[in-house]
Amino acid sequence: MMVVVVDILSWASFIVGGFFLFVGSLGMVRLVDFWARLHAASIIDSAGVGLILLGMMLQGGLSLVTAKLALIVLFLFITGPTASHAVANAAFMSGSRPHDMVEDVTAETPPKKTPSKSKKTKTASAAKAPKAATAAKSSKTTRKKS
Amino acid sequence: MFSFISILIFLCMAVLMVRLFAGPTLYDRVLALNTFGSCTVLLIGTVGFLAGRPDFLDIALLYALINFVGTIAVLKFFRYRRLGDAAEGAESIMAPEPEEPAK
Repeated sequence: MMVVVVDILSWASFIVGGFFLFVGSLGMVRLVDFWARLHAASIIDSAGVGLILLGMMLQGGLSLVTAKLALIVLFLFITGPTASHAVANAAFMSGSRPHDMVEDVTAETPPKKTPSKSKKTKTASAAKAPKAATAAKSSKTTRKKS
Repeated sequence: MFSFISILIFLCMAVLMVRLFAGPTLYDRVLALNTFGSCTVLLIGTVGFLAGRPDFLDIALLYALINFVGTIAVLKFFRYRRLGDAAEGAESIMAPEPEEPAK
């Protein structure tokens, strides 16, 4: 009886976690720019990984295996958002902005040299490339082309 | 049960590889690499259960930590263009200029 209940809970956790994993990976491919893909990556990092590890903890029972899985959950829940924040911060510092941002309200904060909005998609950056006079921006576009 | 979830994780990793190779910028690739590492942690755990050897979870734990440190190291390298001595470049966080000599 108890085994059946634990199995059902574990299956449910696996299926819901696998759904989030699938949705997140689909979003990583289909979403438009980096700032939208951050959401998909966060779905995989928190919901998918957390639920699948929860199902594995239910299967592991009350043992050392569950303790190790709990440690993995703890580390992933600390390091996942931190890594996402680090990637987003690095992209922000490099001058990238969301592709549909009309008015750059955060213009004067990090890159003081680019008051105009900087687009992220390939065609837009190619069109904007002659206008970009800053060193950071030009190095970014050349890196994108190579 | 574990074979089902392993196949799902494999599917997720295969789809993530598309973004890893086709990402237009560096940051897309780093983000996809970080997520790919999380999926690898899951895969190591499920394969350990599948093989009946849950000792694999130690490797998964180690991989989770190495993945985080690797992501931070890649980001740091591409901001400062060096990994070791970033102490003198620490003031130029707001405007990273790799060509600029150290202050």
